[in-house]
Amino acid sequence: MRSFTYERARTPAEAAASASRRPDAKFIAGGTNLLDLMKLEIETPAHLIDVNGLALDKIETTQEGGLRIGALVRNTDLAADGRVRRDYGVLSRALLAGASGQLRNMATTAGNLLQRTRCPYFYDTNQPCNKRRPGSGCAAIGGFSRQHAVVGASESCIATHPSDMAVAMRALDAGIETVRPDGATRTIPIAELHRLPGDTPHIETTLMPGELITAVTLPKPVGGKQIYRKVRDRASYAFALVSVAAIVQRDGTGRVALGGVAHKPWRIEAAEAQMPRGAKAVAAQLLADAKPTRQNAFKLALAERTLGAVLAEAKG
Amino acid sequence: MKSPSDFELSRRKLLAGSAASVALTAAPSIVNAQSPAVPSEVAIAEISALSKVSFTVNGTARGLTLDPRTTLLDALREHLRLTGTKKGCDHGQCGACTVIVGGRRINSCMTLAVMHEGERITTIEGLGTPDNMHPMQAAFVKHDGYQCGYCTPGQICSAVAVLDEIKAGIPSHVSADLNAPPQLSNAELRERMSGNICRCGAYSNIAEAISEVAGRPA
Repeated sequence: MRSFTYERARTPAEAAASASRRPDAKFIAGGTNLLDLMKLEIETPAHLIDVNGLALDKIETTQEGGLRIGALVRNTDLAADGRVRRDYGVLSRALLAGASGQLRNMATTAGNLLQRTRCPYFYDTNQPCNKRRPGSGCAAIGGFSRQHAVVGASESCIATHPSDMAVAMRALDAGIETVRPDGATRTIPIAELHRLPGDTPHIETTLMPGELITAVTLPKPVGGKQIYRKVRDRASYAFALVSVAAIVQRDGTGRVALGGVAHKPWRIEAAEAQMPRGAKAVAAQLLADAKPTRQNAFKLALAERTLGAVLAEAKG
Repeated sequence: MKSPSDFELSRRKLLAGSAASVALTAAPSIVNAQSPAVPSEVAIAEISALSKVSFTVNGTARGLTLDPRTTLLDALREHLRLTGTKKGCDHGQCGACTVIVGGRRINSCMTLAVMHEGERITTIEGLGTPDNMHPMQAAFVKHDGYQCGYCTPGQICSAVAVLDEIKAGIPSHVSADLNAPPQLSNAELRERMSGNICRCGAYSNIAEAISEVAGRPA
């Protein structure tokens, strides 16, 4: 691990200002992804700003009847919150499908959103990777690409976003509250937080330098049957090959987002009009622009069938 | 010939120095094959400003001055000589380093020691002793919940915390109803223990040991 200086931030605005003064700085909260990458020298911050003391660890009810989830709420606490279990079951389920008990106890809400891909070529510093070293190429294209993106990818990068939580939040229309170095705040719709790789796969979000996530807001509950189904190589503690977050109303309408297929949680609202017609129709529209590799083409059928199973479960 | 304690001391020094591998590269003049000593703290300080941290480990207040790169795991093992906690993968994948911080189990390899100012840390040494074992330790012995034993401290710390999580009503991936109290079933225990890998494959005996402490047959 490269050496760094360390500071404990006292307020969100102070943390953001400190980060803007040091372009080589990173925020650290749970640390479960950042420290892993620092040990491998994939991340090499010269300064760490510890945000764990910022008192952003509450889950509050909003005036609109939704929830405001502090950026530092641990994954375990968010999954176990009574309001989340009752009104946003798809979010509880997605969190519980991710990582291990130990990691969920450390990992935070904002950190989960900002975790980086687990593409093995991103992790292997001997391999070219446009995300790790812009312009060096992509070893996954033409390499072992079974786990990689089938839709929204580019000639520069076919990595997937690894989060389960973010897929559920996408289906729930979450908002991302931030503070910028000048103290200004804004709310970014989750649909606009993560970017597709294009020719700049190293730029993964629309956050500005130094901008700090302070909370995630959920609109008031929409009801329906809420299901998160994750298909993976092991029964537990593995990343998704394909996952489906769905909210299905009694009349068959609803929302659906996919994980494990793209550089961001994958949702196309227009495809949801097909939900009463069944999984095939929805998947056809959701994945219309898919360009899989030979090794991951199975994800198209897997996504459709997983969605079919979810819609059947919702009816049941 | 060196006595075992000499060897122990130099081994510890060597391991303590391994955290400063960047310092070794950056300051080759202090590395000398003839010298028995690893870089002094002064040499490390030139590269990385030291940070202070105080926390309670197994009921005892401890204060450390550390290179901020030091993980909680390395602080416990190499600075406090609490070598019961094991380093397996060092990447949060195997669970051998599991300790309990503020009542919660975490991977001590995936967190910096300086991030735990004022916190209460319990390691396997704090759960019980050979003469006065924690019920979970006794159950692992009784049910042969290990073979080589390397993952065992992490398994036991994790298992103790798992039972608290179930008691606190925290659901899991296999809980059928999110809004009902979780069951103490074998499936629940296995899912909750999935972050602790056992290369010897002692899983069924581990599940039996935990079930016994939980008060339910596996």
